[in-house]
Amino acid sequence: MKQNSVAVVGAAETTDLGKIPGMSQIMLHADAALNAMEEAGLKPSDIDGVATAGEWPTAIAHYLGITPKWVDGTLVGGCSFMMHVRHAAAAINEGLCETVLITHGESGRSRVGVPPRGMETSSLAGQFEVPFGVMGPPSMFTIPVLRYLKEYDLTVEDLATVSVIQREWAAKNPRASFKDPLTIDDVLGSSMIAWPFTKLMCCLVTDGGGAIILTSAERAKDFPQKPVYILGTGESVETPMISQMEDMCSSKAFKVSGAKAFEEAGISHDEVDHLMIYDAFAHLPLYGLEDLGFCKPGEAAAFIRERNTAPGGKLPLNTTGGGLSYMHSGMYGMYALQESIRQMRGTAAAQIEGAKISVSHGVGGMFGASGTVIFTNEA
Amino acid sequence: MAKMKRMLPTPTPETQHFWDGAQNSKLLLQRCDDCSNTYFPPRPFCPKCASRKVSIFEASGKGFLLSYVINTRPQPISDTPYAIAVVELDEGPRMMTNIVECEQTPEALPLDMKLEVTFEKQNDDITLPLFKPAGA
Repeated sequence: MKQNSVAVVGAAETTDLGKIPGMSQIMLHADAALNAMEEAGLKPSDIDGVATAGEWPTAIAHYLGITPKWVDGTLVGGCSFMMHVRHAAAAINEGLCETVLITHGESGRSRVGVPPRGMETSSLAGQFEVPFGVMGPPSMFTIPVLRYLKEYDLTVEDLATVSVIQREWAAKNPRASFKDPLTIDDVLGSSMIAWPFTKLMCCLVTDGGGAIILTSAERAKDFPQKPVYILGTGESVETPMISQMEDMCSSKAFKVSGAKAFEEAGISHDEVDHLMIYDAFAHLPLYGLEDLGFCKPGEAAAFIRERNTAPGGKLPLNTTGGGLSYMHSGMYGMYALQESIRQMRGTAAAQIEGAKISVSHGVGGMFGASGTVIFTNEA
Repeated sequence: MAKMKRMLPTPTPETQHFWDGAQNSKLLLQRCDDCSNTYFPPRPFCPKCASRKVSIFEASGKGFLLSYVINTRPQPISDTPYAIAVVELDEGPRMMTNIVECEQTPEALPLDMKLEVTFEKQNDDITLPLFKPAGA
């Protein structure tokens, strides 16, 4: 895409995060959308593009009273929203629409207004993974990690360190679900979920939502909020089956998406001031740092252990506390985007002084998909 | 806690041969007649070169333990924690499986352990390929 041609003019989360039993899932989308429209000074009639995942775009457009000229229902898991940003930017540049609303809402914890979960048994995953007793992401997304630890001579303490350092960021964030300090022993001593993963190496399950409004950079100057520009974007998918990922120590989708975003943005890694890597589990930041090119293969654990990503470090990472401590509704990518946008606006709870470039990197499914958005606050 | 029922596969026209093979204690893979690529899971064309000229053959059933977790959450297939593993077959492809005839502990499940296929009948239609330590 063309650098800085499209900007964020509205961005908000749901009024509350965490436990929201009084709202159905579609209302979580709407609550965040109303907050974003209010701060952008827009009415439904001003929006002519809608993108969402988890609900049909039709349902969201109708619920909010929007008549779109452009619709995107890309659903590839938690990074769908990174892809929506990318697709919306292309659509705006092409003149297909002017003002796009992207929404997320998920009643992940309270399960209000959510279709029942069911496992199907005829897809390839249904036939060749489900019969072996997989029980959702905690017993699947984690499978590659023993191989990764052995390949690079790392330990479970290295996984625990990711959770400990992200909790330091969460402590600075009033909206984080968990703020109390953690030790490595706390993490290793929490209940076993799927060896080697304990509970505190796994993301939360909460309720919440988020919404983003995009328009052309030219129009963005007239909006009340400081524009945040889209500098570069990437996306890819690999496989719906964790057992079939090409390399257990690296995500192909991460590499393709990340490289494309950096190429579009025309920046080097040392220009990045702030980084969000979707952390459904403690190993995600390790794979992300390596596959995005911030660290060489096998070196991300030491990079984190040496406090480069911690408060005061040179590459602040997951500054809300992330999916491990801030919140995780199910498709967390929206919250990574929201924090990148806050950091670029200068309004984050743990604000990085002078930050000019933020990278928001998402995963979808279990290393199945990836989307990357690079933001800047400089026109 | 009562043991939950293992979810069993629903074969499709493109995978029926694999499940028929398992019922006859054969682990079947596919190979491309044009580019020689060996692949899994089953489909009637080569995912590398898109050729429809592919053949089914019986694999050696040998491989090694690539990676795994020991699931301790609600357990559909066992009353006690069990490994959900990925085996890399000698022919190249990888598949998810369970490791049987072996304690389900990190000590008993070292990575790279040699494995061989064994078949566990579930009902009249479905037999699952599982793996055990080689020579066990």
